[in-house]
Amino acid sequence: MNETVPGTSDRPGTVASGTSHQPVSSREVRRRFERHQKRRSTLIALTSTLVVVGLLVALIPQTPGWYKVKRSFFDGDVFSETFPRLLEAFVKDVQIFLWCAPCILVWGMVLAVCRSVRTPALFPLRLFAAAYTDVFRGVPVILTILLIGFGVPGLGMDRPWNSPYLWGSVALVLTYSSYVAEVFRAGIESVHESQRAGARSLGLSSGQTLRFVVIPQAVRRVVPPLMNDLVSLQKDVALVSLIGPIEILRQAGIDKSKFANFTPYLGAALIFLALTIPETRFVDHLMARERRRTSGTTIR
Amino acid sequence: MNTKISLRSVEKSFGDRKVLDGVDLDVASSEVIAFIGSSGSGKSTLLRCINLLESIDDGAILLDGVDISLPGLDADPIRRRIGMVFQNFNLFPHMNVLRNVTLAPRKVLGLSADEADDRGHELLRRLGLHDRAGAYPDQLSGGQQQRVAIARSLAMEPEVMLLDEITSALDPELVGEVLDVVRELKGNGMTMLLATHEMGFAREIADRVCFLHQGQILECAPPNELFGAPRNERTQQFLQRVIDSGRL
Repeated sequence: MNETVPGTSDRPGTVASGTSHQPVSSREVRRRFERHQKRRSTLIALTSTLVVVGLLVALIPQTPGWYKVKRSFFDGDVFSETFPRLLEAFVKDVQIFLWCAPCILVWGMVLAVCRSVRTPALFPLRLFAAAYTDVFRGVPVILTILLIGFGVPGLGMDRPWNSPYLWGSVALVLTYSSYVAEVFRAGIESVHESQRAGARSLGLSSGQTLRFVVIPQAVRRVVPPLMNDLVSLQKDVALVSLIGPIEILRQAGIDKSKFANFTPYLGAALIFLALTIPETRFVDHLMARERRRTSGTTIR
Repeated sequence: MNTKISLRSVEKSFGDRKVLDGVDLDVASSEVIAFIGSSGSGKSTLLRCINLLESIDDGAILLDGVDISLPGLDADPIRRRIGMVFQNFNLFPHMNVLRNVTLAPRKVLGLSADEADDRGHELLRRLGLHDRAGAYPDQLSGGQQQRVAIARSLAMEPEVMLLDEITSALDPELVGEVLDVVRELKGNGMTMLLATHEMGFAREIADRVCFLHQGQILECAPPNELFGAPRNERTQQFLQRVIDSGRL
């Protein structure tokens, strides 16, 4: 569907013939009306966009502070000088992301499975998983990072056990695994009971049913919300800078102070976008491919 | 004839609603029993109880003379011996046809991938699906899906098959291909219990037809008897309604 304009349709001539007095001319009238409507809505969309953009371009430079903002956020020289350093620092963000993400997915899945266990004997496990997700979903990431990042190294352990990279990552894993666990759990619960009946009727145990039938379907279903969380993680890695590591956000802060200019922040933002936008598109692509592979027809 | 399955005063309630109210039945080896009755009469629940997907509240279910309904019994080894086919197929949508059929033989019976594949291909050939081994369930017609479900169940080489309204979700023109498979199973001497709305088919294939009403078997007789001269008043009423709606 490219057109979402109400009242228009790509199928002209759907007049109920029983009620029309002059079928032919009525169809022509409708077709003309619909064409007119479509042309009109395109025109309106185009005009309003032009007006808004035009106003922004015309009005923003009129503001009293524009000259200063332009100088401190859009400084080309500062940009080209700091950008390579930012890019270098960003490698650290990617590294932290790359070792956190698998841990989060695995740990999140373990928690989700714990919460889905139905055996009464394993109730304590379920309780633990529930309490865990409640706590870590309820505390802002930044607080968890500060508490763990400053708290645990305070125990005075030797290297590498006092590394801010380690404890920053641990904080991210703790927090994000609670998000991811909830996503997985929703996926597990969305798999219809009849799938379990089908599997159990073949003699598969409850564990085998979970492993071969339920979880594979659950994971496929939750890939989009999961990617949401991973893209958020990619961004929240920057918060680890609060406890020491010089990654991109910290580097941008250092350069900001050095040049007394905010342009490095803009550079950092662009670098993040350069990674997160393709990430999202790539997943969309994977999902579409999976849909094409397993189903006969695609709705919409 | 030795008795394959015995139901002894089986009772089952969902909350306050009594779904099975003292069901007694002996099923001989290679016998085909068709359960008929209106929706909610307990046909499906009865089959699910026999496959231990539901636990019963009272009574006993015997398989080869052994009570399989005892609480605390490991249900998995029993389910291996009893195949079940569902109204809505319950195929695994993330696996292709062959994987659907070979999953349980590999994971439960411990067959190697090659052995399981051989068994799977053989079954698919028998059911006329050999060219669809690599397809996914969503790419198949309802009739094909149901045949895959039957193949999946047969791959465990069950001693008894429970067929729960296996043609109810199918378009009329696809019913025939599935019923052909059931005929073939009967020809091979499979013990089968089926819940069905296909009166004509029940009449053709069943050795005995049992009429269920409000969780009780009111009448159980060879098809000619039950359809020709039903003794119970409720059975007569039910069959009359079926005839009136043009389904017999």
